[in-house]
Amino acid sequence: MTVAPGTVRRSDAARRRAAAGRLPLALLVPAGLGLLFLVLPLVGLLARAPWTTLPQRLTAPGVLTALRLSVQTATLATLLCLLLGVPLAWLLARVDFPGRRLVRALVTVPLVLPPVVGGVALLLVFGRRGLLGGWLDATFGITLPFSTTGVVVAESFVAMPFLVIAVEGALRGADRRYEEAAATLGAGRWTTFTHVTLPLVAPGVVAGAVLCWARALGEFGATITFAGNYPGRTQTMPLAVYLALETDLQAAVVLSLILLTVSVGILAALRDRWVTGP
Amino acid sequence: MRPPRRLPAAVAALAVLALAGCGGADDPSSGADTDTVRGTVTVFAAASLTESFGTLGRQFEAAHPGTRVTFNFAGSSALATQITQGAPADVFASAAPGPMRTVTEAGDAAGEPAVFVRNQLVIAVPKENPERVTGLADLIRPGTKVALCAPQVPCGEAAGKALDNSGVRLTPVTLEQDVKGALAKVKLGEVDAALVYRTDVRATPELTAVEFPESAGAVNDYPIVVLTAAGNPAGARAFVAYVRSDAGRAVLTDAGFQPPPVG
Repeated sequence: MTVAPGTVRRSDAARRRAAAGRLPLALLVPAGLGLLFLVLPLVGLLARAPWTTLPQRLTAPGVLTALRLSVQTATLATLLCLLLGVPLAWLLARVDFPGRRLVRALVTVPLVLPPVVGGVALLLVFGRRGLLGGWLDATFGITLPFSTTGVVVAESFVAMPFLVIAVEGALRGADRRYEEAAATLGAGRWTTFTHVTLPLVAPGVVAGAVLCWARALGEFGATITFAGNYPGRTQTMPLAVYLALETDLQAAVVLSLILLTVSVGILAALRDRWVTGP
Repeated sequence: MRPPRRLPAAVAALAVLALAGCGGADDPSSGADTDTVRGTVTVFAAASLTESFGTLGRQFEAAHPGTRVTFNFAGSSALATQITQGAPADVFASAAPGPMRTVTEAGDAAGEPAVFVRNQLVIAVPKENPERVTGLADLIRPGTKVALCAPQVPCGEAAGKALDNSGVRLTPVTLEQDVKGALAKVKLGEVDAALVYRTDVRATPELTAVEFPESAGAVNDYPIVVLTAAGNPAGARAFVAYVRSDAGRAVLTDAGFQPPPVG
């Protein structure tokens, strides 16, 4: 079992080297244009950044609070999505049940729904007058709107599809013969999942978690609608950026750059440590 | 800060009125001028003007056959940013002087902006007023949840002023990004009350407005101006004149706006 993946990887590398011999212009040109399209807005932000006043802006009251809240809530949301999303992806990829196509379509609903509408929908369920909100409050004393937990819930709702889709794709791409071999050797479904399937799709899970975290970090619409905006409690960086935009374009540019720098920095650090590239 | 600004605004208002009088769109005798107004007029207007400007647009089109009014309704500050970044617009109507200042300072306004209406804050509560709110002091009762607008937007600035005047130290559960956001939180029952404009409550059948005296010191002036980048300057001037005419004022007053300080 340890030999087989190695062989697969070696032949992959060999194929990559062979393909590297000829770089078709028909791919290179659109690839370059695509990169330019994604990077140019960032250049615009950098060009408009008020570099001289940057230090004062960074230490302005509320900036660090919003940044800390953003990183904390996005991380908690990612953990919640991992906890619920990986099993859901496994269910969609490995278990044949009636209505699977419908469930798969339902998983993508938060992707299609405008986030503000998602926030309203969350209020209609978890709000004071919501389907479950009144019961949650009366039974457990839990009120989600206008709380930091509410921010995590809103971010998880919007970000979870990214994780589920990535992990399901990895599961479908994974070679099922290893799982079958494990089952033949007497492993139960749970043991197979934890000892064979999960290590096999680990890169997919990490990629999904990264997408999920990035989406949660940038979440605006569902958060402000469901959790409101209050400094220190529910005001994340995107909310702070939006409100800064109301009065001061330069402050909004600075806040955006801080958010970008921190997220790119964290993702790069994680990549070096846990995700080993080719 | 207010009085020094009001005088130029008043002068400008009179000047525009005088100009409007010369070839006023509301003047039935000005047939020649009506004929020269053609094409599309693009109006960038504050979100709180959505209902009343929609009506005014239809009336303007009826009064000037061959014209079409298209609107871009959004938060005034967002609109000001769009205009200074080169969005093609003929007219800008702001819910506060601040965003208008952004536009005039960038040199994007043709002439002095004129205040055409004012709007006052009220306490929005559900129709049956279950919490028996009668004034600002009732909003600081324990367990009462209140939504305000963020201080960066006009309605939040006005709310801050009114609360300062009253001495009531209110801690809201949320500072919304615009007045419609605060309104939605009351409509959904997530908060017990919100400080919003009288016009917003009047446009929302399921809510009631509780007036409070402190709001008199925090009235918002709405300025309007023709923009330098206007592709249809004649149409733009005619629309501004129509908004400021008796017919226009009737629609705005009906929506709950107050007339400007002079005129």
